[in-house]
Order: sequence, then C-alpha cells, then structure tokens
Amino acid sequence: MSLIEFRQTAFRIGSKSILENFTLAIEPGETVVLLGRSGSGKTTALRLINGMHLPTGGQVLVEGRATTDWDLVRLRRSIGYVIQESGLFPHFTVERNVGLGPRLEGWPDARIAERVGAVLDSVSLPRDDFRARLPKQLSGGQRQRVGVARALAADPKILLFDEPFGALDPVTRLELQREFLRLRAEAGRTSVFVTHDVREAMKLGTRIALLQAGQLVFIGTPAEFQACRIPEARAFLEVFEDGE
Amino acid sequence: MLSDVLQDLLDEGLPLLGEHLVLVLSAILIASAIAIPLGVAVAANPRWRRIAIGIANIGQTIPSLALFGFLIPIPFIGGIGQHTAIIALVVYALLPILRNTVTGILGVDPAVRDSAVAMGMTDGQILRMVELPLAAPVIISGLRIATVTTIGTATIAAAIGAGGLGVFIFRGIASVDKVQILAGAVPSALLALAADGALSWIEKRWVAA
Ligand SMILES: Nc1ncnc2c1ncn2[C@@H]1O[C@H](COP(=O)(O)OP(=O)(O)O)[C@@H](O)[C@H]1O
Ligand SMILES: [Mg+2]
Repeated sequence: MSLIEFRQTAFRIGSKSILENFTLAIEPGETVVLLGRSGSGKTTALRLINGMHLPTGGQVLVEGRATTDWDLVRLRRSIGYVIQESGLFPHFTVERNVGLGPRLEGWPDARIAERVGAVLDSVSLPRDDFRARLPKQLSGGQRQRVGVARALAADPKILLFDEPFGALDPVTRLELQREFLRLRAEAGRTSVFVTHDVREAMKLGTRIALLQAGQLVFIGTPAEFQACRIPEARAFLEVFEDGE
Repeated sequence: MLSDVLQDLLDEGLPLLGEHLVLVLSAILIASAIAIPLGVAVAANPRWRRIAIGIANIGQTIPSLALFGFLIPIPFIGGIGQHTAIIALVVYALLPILRNTVTGILGVDPAVRDSAVAMGMTDGQILRMVELPLAAPVIISGLRIATVTTIGTATIAAAIGAGGLGVFIFRGIASVDKVQILAGAVPSALLALAADGALSWIEKRWVAA
C-alpha cells in the first residue's frame, strides 16, 4: 500500500479547474518533488494531502484511507508542514513553537522539553542558544530551520514542504538543502517537496513530478527527467543546463 | 468660605464619581461581552461582517440625548434611572469594540493561521492560542476608544436621572453656576485622560503570552 495516493484527483474552485485527473502514488521513504511554474497547481496538490483542500473529484488516500474519511485534525497532526515564510507563531518562543505539536498531542512536559532540544540540535540550532528566542530575533535561515524543527517535533510519517527555501539567499539555501539531505539520510521519512527551482528538484528529489497547468505531465527519477523530451521538461532543463 | 464650598462639592462629588464609574464600567463590560464574541464570529465572513458593523454604526449615529429620550418610554428596558443609561452607553460602546475586534482578527498573518490549521489545531485552539493573543493590542485599543467616549457620554445620563458627574453639569447650567459646571467637567475629563493613559500603556506593553 502506498503511503500517499492521488487517484484521478480533481480540484475545482467554482467553475475554475485547478487540478485535473491527477494520479500519483508515493511510497514510504521517497522524496517526491512537485516541480512546476508558479500557478501550475503545486501548492494545491500539497494541501490536498493534509486535507487543507478536499478533492472535488477522485480521491486522495493517506495510509490507504481517503482524506474525506479522515478526522482532519488527526490527519494533520500526523503530517509536518513547512512553508516559505515559516508561519512561526510570532508570539511564541522557539521552544513553544517547536513544542506545540507534541503539546497538542498531550505529551508530558519533560518529554516535550527533551524532544524540542533534540530536534533543534538536529537542524543545527544549539538548543541553549535558541530556545528562548522569539521568531523576530532570528535570521531568515534560522526561521526556516525552526520551521523544519517544528514540523519534525511530533515525529510525523509524512513531511510536506512548500518552497521552504524560496526566500533565502543562495548560500543559506544551499546550506539548508544539504541539511535536508542529511536529515533524510538519518530519518528516512517520506517527503513531498514543492519547488519551481529545477536545480533544487534535481538535488533533493528521489522522483520528480512535473506539473503544467494543473496536470501531471511527467513523473520519474531525476535521471529520467533529464532525458525527458516533453516540452515543459525541456523548458526547465534549459534553465538547469544554462546554470552550472 | 471657599473651603466650605469645596468641602460640599467633595461630599457630593465622590458619590457622583462613584456612580459615574459604575455607569462606565458596566457599559464597557456589557459591550465587550457582546462585541468581542460577535466580532470573532463575523470576522471571517464579509457579508455578516458588513451587517454587524452596519447595525453598530446605526446605533452610534443616533444623537445621544435623543437615544436616552427614546429609551425612557420603552417597557422593561426603558424608564428613568441607571439601567436605561447603561443600555444607551452600551449601544455607543459597541461599534469601536466590534470594529477593532474584526480588524485585529483579520490582521493575523494568513501564513500564521495557515500553519496553525496545518498543525492540526482545532478552531477553538486557533482562536485561543493564536488569533486572540495576536489581535489583543487592536482589541484593547478599541476598548480604550470606547471607554474614553463612554466617560464623556455618561455625563448626559444625569438628564434621565442616572446620576454621575453630569448631575453637577446640568445643575450648573440650570443655575448658571460655573463652579458646579467645572466640578462635573474637570473630573470627567481627568477620568477620560487617566483611562486613555492606562489602556494605552497596556496596549503598548502587551506581549501576547
Ligand atoms: N482560492 C483560490 N481561488 C481561485 N483560484 C485559486 C485559488 N487558489 C489558487 N488558485 C489558482 O489555482 C492555480 C494553482 O495555484 P497553486 O496551487 O497555488 O499554484 P503553485 O503553488 O504551483 O504556484 C493558480 O492559477 C491560482 O491562481
Ligand atoms: Mg505555491
């Protein structure tokens, strides 16, 4: 059984079709990158996984159960979510931000404190330096690290990333991409990662799913992607080959 | 001589100040109990929001002396006395509190609300732990505006026998007695300034916890 499965999923708002006939199965341990131009439907696809959108056609299954049958609060608590502006709670310290998931799940205080320390360390933010800070006392890169730590804290099976490094300077971005690969090697979680950056997609994805105007036009490994003849893929690869 | 006059004013003034405070505090408490939950409830829906603020707006445009007058003949809620005055003051205090509650809730960064939903917080948890704490400075600012206005408007309550510092003012006007007028006007102005200062202080110091 796939961990996440889109089955002919459609999503419409009014008469406007955002996602059409979308079929994709994601296996445990994969990092599937959703690549596409802005407006191609990547965020929509991501939000269909944690039930922030419900399909208007077809189904999205998580652990074999349709999102429409899940208790959405339970579903979301088992999925970590990282977004571009990190969405950290500005009035919570780093410690409260990161500990929120476990707290909602009713973990005892001592276990929360231990877990918060461990995940902060794991994203290279020494716990004693960062615990008591407010988000406004962090750099952009540090905020994204805290965002990742917060998503990891309740030990979710699935992690969703929506252009998490999109607003960072190139050096910090590279650092965080390396961090991502290191964490993945250690924890082996399943991730779905949205980006419009083809280099990031090639670097991080075990498979790349290419979206164009709400349709899935390619799915395959980075090597397969590089050999792919679809015009939209060529357009992205031109950017890639133009780079380094 | 002069000190006798002052002594008389003080003897009568302190109870009137007390009545004034009761009018203002009851009106603000009742108005908050209505306007804050209402503001929270309508914030997300543009249509309900317009309707609620529209109604609160109408309340505020009725001239205050007229509103006190209107309420007197109404059975149960009307009549002469304190409770009628409090109802009128509540009508005036609703709008600033309602408007600021709505503004404060709408001002919460959508990315923050989004990640609260994505973390599996329930609507109640989002309201309690995220929206209200972040909206609090704006809501407190609405309370401040409402309180300052109510302290002024409450002087008119004396016209319908509700007491308060307005008693001095109305009596002073009737008997062309400047001392009496000032005895009502100065303390209510000072009260308004003190309330403004205290609530601004809380508003600025507010650190959502
Ligand atoms: N609430 C909405 N109402 C109308 N259109 C929307 C809404 N949200 C997204 N869209 C449209 O859906 C399309 C896909 O959006 P999105 O999934 O955010 O794309 P991406 O993340 O790839 O940039 C875009 O054309 C966008 O304008
Ligand atoms: Mg997007």
